[in-house]
Parts: sequence; C-alpha cells; structure tokens
Amino acid sequence: MTLELQGVAKAVGARVHIHPTNLVLRKGSLNVLLGPTLSGKTTLMRLMAGLDQPTAGRVLWEGRDVTGVRVQDRGVAMVYQQFINYPSMTVFDNIASPLRLQGLPRADIESRVRRAADLMRLTPYLSRKPLELSGGQQQRTALARALVKEAGLVLLDEPLANLDYKLREELRAEIPRLFEESGAVFVYATTEPEEALLLGGHTATLWEGRVTQFGPTAEVYRAPVDAVTARVFSNPPMNILDLRKDGDRLLFGAGEAAVPARLGTLPDGPYRAGFRAHHLGLDRPAGEALAFQATVLGAEITGSETFLHLDHTGARWVGLLPGVRPLAPGTPVAVWLDAAHLHLFDAGGRRIGPSPEPMAA
Amino acid sequence: MTDILASSAATAVPARAARARSERSWGSAVVMTLYLLFLLLPIYWLVNMSLKTNNEILGGFSLWPVDPTLANYATILTDPSWYMGYVNSLIYVVLNTVISVAVALPAAYAFSRYSFLGDKHLFFWLLTNRMAPPAVFALPFFQLYSAVGLFDTHIAVALAHCLFNVPLAVWILEGFMRGVPREIDETAWIDGYSFPRFFLRIFLPLIASGVGVAAFFCFMFSWVELLLSRTLTSVNAKPIASTMTRTVSASGLDWGVLAAAGVLTIIPGALVIWFVRNYIAKGFALGRV
Repeated sequence: MTLELQGVAKAVGARVHIHPTNLVLRKGSLNVLLGPTLSGKTTLMRLMAGLDQPTAGRVLWEGRDVTGVRVQDRGVAMVYQQFINYPSMTVFDNIASPLRLQGLPRADIESRVRRAADLMRLTPYLSRKPLELSGGQQQRTALARALVKEAGLVLLDEPLANLDYKLREELRAEIPRLFEESGAVFVYATTEPEEALLLGGHTATLWEGRVTQFGPTAEVYRAPVDAVTARVFSNPPMNILDLRKDGDRLLFGAGEAAVPARLGTLPDGPYRAGFRAHHLGLDRPAGEALAFQATVLGAEITGSETFLHLDHTGARWVGLLPGVRPLAPGTPVAVWLDAAHLHLFDAGGRRIGPSPEPMAA
Repeated sequence: MTDILASSAATAVPARAARARSERSWGSAVVMTLYLLFLLLPIYWLVNMSLKTNNEILGGFSLWPVDPTLANYATILTDPSWYMGYVNSLIYVVLNTVISVAVALPAAYAFSRYSFLGDKHLFFWLLTNRMAPPAVFALPFFQLYSAVGLFDTHIAVALAHCLFNVPLAVWILEGFMRGVPREIDETAWIDGYSFPRFFLRIFLPLIASGVGVAAFFCFMFSWVELLLSRTLTSVNAKPIASTMTRTVSASGLDWGVLAAAGVLTIIPGALVIWFVRNYIAKGFALGRV
C-alpha cells in the first residue's frame, strides 16, 4: 500500500493553499506533517482523504489514480483535533458504525469493537453517549473508530492537541504502536517539533503551503535543507544570524569575528546562519567562539531553565540557559556561541556544507 | 467607641437591606400580577362569554357566568358546518407544516454547508418573502388556483402558506445546522455513510430541536393566517376562522357560540406550545428564532 501525491496543488480563488507537492508515503510507515498553524497541514490531509479535490495533480493509491473517487469508496480513516463523534449514538455504536456500513456479520462486529475498546480502555463506557465522557475518552472513541475500520490510510489531524499533558504523553506513545500493527499508511499532523521527534518515522515540514523537506524525522531535524525548515523544526525556532564573510573576518550586525576554521574555504559574500537556542550561552565556550552584544527583551523562567528573549540588531533570538537567570528587560548582555554549532545557509536560505549535528542516532 | 459604632452599624445594615429586599419583592409581585391580569383579561373574558347564554351576554355586566352553560360548545361539536371548519384548518395546517419542513431541510443544509454563487443574496431574498403581506399574493394565487382547478382544496391553502413558512423554516433550521460541526458530516462520509443515510441516522437527531421549533412556527403561522385561506376556499376546505366571520344570521350575532369557537381555536396552539416549549427555549438559547 502506497499513497503518492503527484504535483498535487490546491487553490481557492486566487489564494494558493497548497503549492504543487510530490510525496510518496509507504505502507506501514508513520509520516508526520509538521508545520505551524495555517501552513497547510489540514488542507493536505483533506486532499489525501479525498474530502477536497486538488486543483492540479493526481493522487495515487497503490498505483491507481483515485483523484476523483468519492471519500466513501476510498478506505480511509480520519481523526480530527476536535473530538468528533456521533452524539446521538452510544460509544459502542460509534465504534461499530464503519463496520456496520461494510455489512459485516454481527458477531464479527461485536468482537472487533470489543477489541478496539479494550485497546483504548473504553470497555466500561461502551453503553454511554460520547458527550457523557471526558475529552480524552471522547478522543479515544474517535481513535477506536478509526482503528476498527482497518483502513489502508489513517489520517490523524493534531489528534492530541486538545488533550491535557499527561493523557497526551500516554496516547502519543500508544498511537504509533496501535496503527503500526495494521500496516497502514499513517499520517500524523502536528505543530510541535517535540511531538514529531517522539513519534519518529518520517517527517514532512510544511511552510506556507509548501513541503520544504521530507525524510526520516531525525535527519530532517539534524540537517534541515534550508533556513525555513530549520525554523519550523525547532522549538524555540532556530535563531537566524545574517552575516558576511570578508576575507578572514565574519561581519554581523555591530560585531565581527575571525572566520572559524570549518568555514575557511567559503567564498566571500553574504550568508545566513542558524543556531539552536540551547547553544547560546553567557560564558565563553572552549572552542572557536562568536560574541554578540544583545539586549534582553525578557526572561521566562520555567523552573530550572531560563528562556532568554534577546534583541540582536533587530533580529529576535531566544536562548535557553540552564539555571535561573532573572535578567531585567533592557539589560545589555554579551552572549556567546560556539562556532561549531552554526548551520550555514546561503543568502537565499539553502543549506551550505554538512550539518554541524552528528547524524548517528 | 469605634468598635461599638461599627457593631451597631453592622446590625443596622442587614436590617435595612432586608427591608429593601422585601419592598423590592413586593413591588415585583404587584407588577407581575398586574401584568398577568392585563395579559389574561381578554382570554378570561372569552372563556367567560363562551359559558354564558346570549341573553346574559347582552343583558348586562357580570364578571362570571351566573347561569353557566355548555350549550355553545355543544352547538359547535354537533354541527358539521362548525366542526368541519376545525377539521379543514387542521388538515391544511398539518399539510403545510410537513411540506414546509420537508422542503426547508435540504435548503437549510445547502445554505449552512456550501457556499455557492449568490448564496447570501438568495438567503436574504428568502427572508424578504416573509416580510411581504400575504394580501399581495392573494390575487395571483386565487387566479392561478382557479385556473388549474386547485380552488377550494386543502392542498391549495397548504401550498399558499408555504410562501411565508418555507423561508421561515429555512432560516430557523439553518441556524441549528450551523451549530453542528462540519467535521461530523465528513467523519460520516469517511465511515462510508451515503448522504440520505447520514442525513436520517446522524444529522436529523442532532437538529431535532430545530425541526421542532421550525414545525411549531409553521403550524402557528398557518393556523392564524386568515386572508389567504379565506380567499382560496369556499365550501369544501373552509377554515374555522372563516366560518367564524360568517356567523351573522337573521337573529343577529350568536355571541356565545362565537366565543366558544374562539376558545376552541386557541386550544391547538396552546397544545403545540405545551409540547415544544423546551425546544423553543433551546431554540432561543441557540440564537435563531
């Protein structure tokens, strides 16, 4: 089972929602769609499901063109961010509904519903109505309905976004395991980089209706192909530094530094560098270091760590510092960065050279 | 010193507050009673009249029937020219309610789920139909129905009343349908429901109160409408309101029977209100109506 998008695009009027996209999702794989809100995750999923028709391109399922096929005949399952169940039916009937429509024998339906309810720990609530359940139980009902159908394509659109933290962690660990057994093509949309990393599998990063990169999740994280992907797949977003190489000097904002050894072979010109929040520090690191004069915009203290919001000649950065650093807004501060942690992009944002982060996972 | 002052003030304040509270509740009780009195006075007077003889009604002023009689009701319930008025009215009203809701359901679904060319204009235009006085349409309906042989039939009145009831039902139902998330529809398609099956099994139960409210208003407006129903009928489908206006006989007005007919006319409306009162409250709470 393979889902293939060939040049699929979607526009509503003059507004482009999805730019032409090519993607191949394989059987038994977990695919994460990662992007901020309004980046096109839901639209892309609706195109995969067949709820919306693409304005260009084709959708292939196992090599067969299914672009114009009705949703009812597609064999997909979908779970929304909102807890969507049929309020007038009991939980049992909710889970059983896709099976009843397939015309399965009663005993078969009964046993499959019981098994799915067991997995989702819904057995005590089978005779209740969905609105009498907690949010987590409602969403588990929706998941059970998607699971029981044994569809070839399972689409989960931010299924855990409206759940509380504890339940989220629990379900996040369970979901991939449950669906992996079915061998389906599995698509999971999320806004959170951590969630993508915890789920593993493959990740497609989306930005303004464009898939910027698709590959194994860890690879996309460690070696983003461009500055946009790097920012999408990093929380807090990767800090961006515009700089210019001029001979053996690096010029940026109000400061300058010697060119680090690993950048020595680059031709002169403008570049764009990215680095993660936790690589920024208040103390000079051991290796080749870059120093920046920045102004504190605010300090968020989360127990044992401090998120330091900085202004560096107009660019907004975030530094993640260990310990409690109650710096007042407006304080000038010198921050340090080990040059070894720089992701380097050209002026247009494409990656140059290898990633500074090790590939071995 | 200050302590004593404070404590005496503390005891005085609750006493004054309690007095103010009791005065306020007295005031509201009086206002409420007067309000109900004025509201119910005409209805009481109608019931009062219906239980009197013509002689007593014309003879003088009495707050309650001195010589109560059910003869007026007996007249109506035994005379076909009277009670057939109720039967005729009920037939076309029920027909109209069923047709209006059945036609409005798919229309309201389309308005709530799809955007199409001119949908907002069409929706508004539907509402303006509700604003036109029925008298405007009496003449064209009369001529049209006479020409196609529908004159003096129940279906003629039922169809004519659709003119203002369908827009109303569409408007009410659209509000209720908008409250149902579109994702429920899509989940049903994904599960494999066909449209009719989804609509009957899943969607209708969700907007049941909306259907109740829409049916109630269609019933009421069709029940109280006089002009079209009178223009479009003569004998076979003559509505009760029309019968009531034609009871001037040689011996003058039959006051008691008219009053009894009036009481009987209020009853169906009151019954319908009683059955759908919870739905109506819900309907008001949901923002439409």
